[in-house]
Amino acid sequence: MLNSVPRPVSSRRYFLRSAGTATLALLTAPAWAETMIDLPLPGGPGRRPVTTAFPQKGAMILQRTRPPLLETPFEVFDESVFTPNDRFFVRWHWALIPTEVNVKTFRLAVHGHVNQTLSLSLDDILALPQVELAAVNQCSGNSRGYFSPRVAGGEWSNGAMGNAAWTGVRLKDVLDRAGLKPRAVQVRFSGLDDPVVADAPKFMKSLDIDHARDGEVMLAYGMNHEQLPLLNGFPLRVIVPGWYSTYWAKMLNDIEVLDQPDTNYWTKTAYTIPDTPYASIYPGEPNVRLVPINRMVPRSFITNIKSGDPFHAGRAALARGIAFGGDTGVARVDFSSDGGKSWQAAELGKDEGKYSFRQWQIQFTLPVKGDYVLMVRCTNSQGVAQPAAPNWNPSGFMRNVIEAMPVVAG
Amino acid sequence: MGRNVPMFALVAGITLSTFSATAQNGFSLKSVNVDLPTSDRVLPDGPGADVACLACHSAGMVLNQPALSKAQWQAEVEKMRLAYRAPVDPKDVDAIVAYFVRIAGTD
Repeated sequence: MLNSVPRPVSSRRYFLRSAGTATLALLTAPAWAETMIDLPLPGGPGRRPVTTAFPQKGAMILQRTRPPLLETPFEVFDESVFTPNDRFFVRWHWALIPTEVNVKTFRLAVHGHVNQTLSLSLDDILALPQVELAAVNQCSGNSRGYFSPRVAGGEWSNGAMGNAAWTGVRLKDVLDRAGLKPRAVQVRFSGLDDPVVADAPKFMKSLDIDHARDGEVMLAYGMNHEQLPLLNGFPLRVIVPGWYSTYWAKMLNDIEVLDQPDTNYWTKTAYTIPDTPYASIYPGEPNVRLVPINRMVPRSFITNIKSGDPFHAGRAALARGIAFGGDTGVARVDFSSDGGKSWQAAELGKDEGKYSFRQWQIQFTLPVKGDYVLMVRCTNSQGVAQPAAPNWNPSGFMRNVIEAMPVVAG
Repeated sequence: MGRNVPMFALVAGITLSTFSATAQNGFSLKSVNVDLPTSDRVLPDGPGADVACLACHSAGMVLNQPALSKAQWQAEVEKMRLAYRAPVDPKDVDAIVAYFVRIAGTD
């Protein structure tokens, strides 16, 4: 059943794995124990360390140490529909990230165009009605490293995304406690992180007031039924189901209700896309109208097969993977073993909600010896399918081309 | 690629304190205190290399970039200077762009 409304889960009890332990020290591998991975980014460089040096994180692809950019190794997506917290991707804009958060002294401010300014403790927030929602969190620039021609930025492979069950409160409930004044138009979020350079623009993002009050946008204190890892935004993160991760403000400690549209750099200037189909233009295209990035688009991936894998000709094999519909659910996933000439509908796994990853699988047979290209295509419940041609824009945003994977039958 | 493998100067650790906030519905939060690792990767030597890039981000951000055109490097340097307020003197911009074109340029 597709149900976009967060489900109350107040009757259920969840425990932290670490509950009851005063101190948990994670020993990390020394630097020399790191392995390397070679991401197949066209033109390179694709070599990256796989590191275990970050707190509350297992093995992650190191895209940048400071501020951290950590990518989920792709094999993780084959293991479960929910991405484990210790393998969930990490992306920060500014390097001044608090390394300590005290849950007794932490406060969330709600101020601006409201009737009542609030300073909420975590106990205050935990006392509000609890909801839970499964949702994909994907970086705007996920897969940027595959853009052609290449563009500057975090040179991600496909692992700047993850799916989690988010537990928390409706933003609407928090805003209702403060009481919005009649001319409120946007809600701006900011967190505990700060720029290194004093007059640089602090990271802030805004949503329109109707979106903020839609009952789906959440403030999450739980991620897969545990508290969030610090690097994923502990203790509180904005969840904007169906929208790119740039809006999912981490370490949220400030909500400002605005009576005019936000003009701050990160909302108005950064994270803008061409207002064209697939946000796609050609390099150097003039007179492009730019709009803030917003809803996600459908994607799908094969997770149990790697490029170049060998198969037995004439013998049945299994392909499986994940799909997501973007801003709505997955209607169907189609699979091709002949480079897109013919397509078969894959079997869909359990529906965890319309904003979640959806697992799929299909049996296929490569009939004779030779080279093949496997493809997978998601169509969402609004009938939007992944395109056959890759998009391009100078920021490397919103890649969702049909993935193609060469394999060999022998 | 002949590039340095990063070495971490700090071994990361995490402390979960006994202080906690607990919801009536059972969800509880514990204070966290962690260390973040640092990188000792450096940018290749050369004229224009002695710039403020590494104040805001580690060298891996630069070293992982693909080959970019001079216009793309120019746009990046100007974005860092103007939007992100990197302490770069306007008269040094040409030398910095030339440096990036030399280490990772397409033209």
